[in-house]
Amino acid sequence: MRIKINNGHVICPATRVDGRGDVYIADGKIISVIDPMEGFTAELELTLNGQYVCPGIVDLSVHLREPGFEHKATIASESEAAARSGVTSLVCPPDTWPVIDTPAVVELIHQRQYRVDKTRIYPLGALTKGLAGEQLTEMAALKQAGCIGFSNACRPIVNTEALRRALEYAAGFAVPVFISPEDSYLKNNGVMHEGQISARLGLPGIPETAETTAISRALLLIEQTGVTAHFCRLSSARGVAMIKEAKQQGLPVTADVGICHLYLTEIDVDGFNSQCHLLPPLRTDRDKHALLDGLRSGAIDAVCSDHQPHDEDAKAAPFGATEPGASTLEVLAPLMFNLADTHGFSLERILRALTCQPAAIAGLDAGALEPGAKADLFIFDTNRQWTVKADELTSAGKNTPFDNWEMNGKTSHTILNGKVVYEDP
Amino acid sequence: MTAFNPQLDQQGRLKHFLSTEGLNRQILSTILDYAESFAGVGDRAVKKVPLLRGKTVVNLFFEPSTRTRTTFELAAKRLSADVLNINIAASAANKGETLQDTLHTLEAMHCDMFVVRHGNSGAAHFIASQVAENIHVINAGDGSHAHPTQAMLDMFTIRRHKPDFAPLRVAIVGDIAHSRVARSEIHALNVLGVSDIRVIAPKTLLPKNIENLGVRVFHDLAEGLQDVDVITMLRLQRERIKNAVLPSEHEYFSCFGLTEKRLGVAKPDVIVMHPGPINRGIEIDSQVADGERSVILQQVSHGIAIRMAVMAMVMGSAPSEKPGEKAGGG
Repeated sequence: MRIKINNGHVICPATRVDGRGDVYIADGKIISVIDPMEGFTAELELTLNGQYVCPGIVDLSVHLREPGFEHKATIASESEAAARSGVTSLVCPPDTWPVIDTPAVVELIHQRQYRVDKTRIYPLGALTKGLAGEQLTEMAALKQAGCIGFSNACRPIVNTEALRRALEYAAGFAVPVFISPEDSYLKNNGVMHEGQISARLGLPGIPETAETTAISRALLLIEQTGVTAHFCRLSSARGVAMIKEAKQQGLPVTADVGICHLYLTEIDVDGFNSQCHLLPPLRTDRDKHALLDGLRSGAIDAVCSDHQPHDEDAKAAPFGATEPGASTLEVLAPLMFNLADTHGFSLERILRALTCQPAAIAGLDAGALEPGAKADLFIFDTNRQWTVKADELTSAGKNTPFDNWEMNGKTSHTILNGKVVYEDP
Repeated sequence: MTAFNPQLDQQGRLKHFLSTEGLNRQILSTILDYAESFAGVGDRAVKKVPLLRGKTVVNLFFEPSTRTRTTFELAAKRLSADVLNINIAASAANKGETLQDTLHTLEAMHCDMFVVRHGNSGAAHFIASQVAENIHVINAGDGSHAHPTQAMLDMFTIRRHKPDFAPLRVAIVGDIAHSRVARSEIHALNVLGVSDIRVIAPKTLLPKNIENLGVRVFHDLAEGLQDVDVITMLRLQRERIKNAVLPSEHEYFSCFGLTEKRLGVAKPDVIVMHPGPINRGIEIDSQVADGERSVILQQVSHGIAIRMAVMAMVMGSAPSEKPGEKAGGG
């Protein structure tokens, strides 16, 4: 399909493009950005009025729930939600059932993806078999099957020797290891940030040190093993400071934050709001601001949705008995663009954290609008206001902490591989 | 803007009793006043008033309990309600039924009130958010969060001995971190205007930021008990020693156990409370538990009056005599 997008405001941090113009697409590739092409015949023309044309979002963490948890969501349902949000590449963690610890599971995910074809899916392979934190997985086979990195998802490897060996072995494959920093002993049975709200609600707390001791242990092992590591979902000010310092020392580390942690705090948990039951937990206002500052300074490289769709029952119980996680794919783009208005972020900085930087972390050929690149992009219209309604989400997971929030802007079109996969009516 | 309070109806009347937090002094005082008017019912030949005749109260206990469940049962029966005791530990929840399904099943039996005890903090709030409009929920203890009727019977006991709350010094001693009683007491004491509320415990038994609830923190028993009017001792669970929170019962008793000697620094007319069941020789010495400063057994009988008052209030069936008419009576 030959597509011409007229009169958009093209923003692409990777190529430092920021200006009005047209984008030309043919045969799944971008042919030209802003430079006019005489004689280009388009089968489809999208004429804009200065709406933003951006590289497709690269989301570093989307739980698809398939295989194993199809009662929560499926690859088909979440691919639709991704397309609606402008996410054209997503990384899925290995905590499916069966776990992504054999090439067969990777193949199954890819088969489903081809059938739906609404977004690109890049699985992370398990670092240890069954995520049990004991035996190593067959990383060579997993990489060959298409895993772009390795991770133990949200199951911390308790045995430090096992972690060392896993990092060391992974270091030989030139792919990153994704680490969710959590000390399971310090987390214990905690369900929210240990602080003034947990003291009042009588909910078991997760201290900040559950994150920071895990970061510190991992940083020392990264230094020792030479592995390239990506820290997932920072939640604390102290954690951001540690990553910043590690980067200054030249360690090969990157970090991301989930979108909820840039907007919500422990206070949102008050009243036992299970939609705000997240892992890592929402922490204090001070932590939230440190995460925003980290994003601004570059200590944090990427923002992801950390999308975790759940069935209704998973959240319908007393707080401590509910499952953590929020359905966030569809609010990622509007909440990120909103940071320009509320916190003075440049759109360049915002899009950098959504496109080229996560692409570089995951080693993907994505996140840039330039001639010859895959035509993965989305158009964002800041004039389309809408209200989040949990029931109306495209994702099978209706578990949003942002129910009834007003959003200033919406993805109007998503183009994947040169095809329009979503168009806002 | 007034914040949504799940305990109150649109007219600001008590609809559910889930926590002492978020209720004003007038509501808490009214509970105490009603309880005064019920306190004599147990002494009559016919120990019943007909306020809840025809109503069905379900005691829904997901955790074992003896005194709380039996006092709720007695309270409901003295109000002439029909009472259903359901012990979930031995019931459908063990067969995989969800909490929601259990609730809807009971609703279908046309019950009017759920008295709930559950191991998870926030369980009573969750249940209140799930039940039909005409059903009332009373929290009989949820996790480490709240045990509001226990706190109110403690307030009742304090008021009977010391009618003016404002000048009191009150100390709560022990496992504050895991205590729903402590949290509910702290809120109630603050709302009722007590000026000096202290918590006394080793650091491992205190939640982070507890001082934000309006208490002073002490790690030394003698210092914390100086000149206090009221002491609440909390029960120490054995698992705190298993889980490396404390070294031994012996060391705990030697540092935080209440003995006659230690009582010496408190006011001479100090009263000693304990929500029970007590661990003699671990948090409290028998001499004190059975001594003249102890009001532990009074607490139990006050529990019935408080629970009658709360049940009647949430059902909108306040007693006929005016609140406060018998206040201060014996």
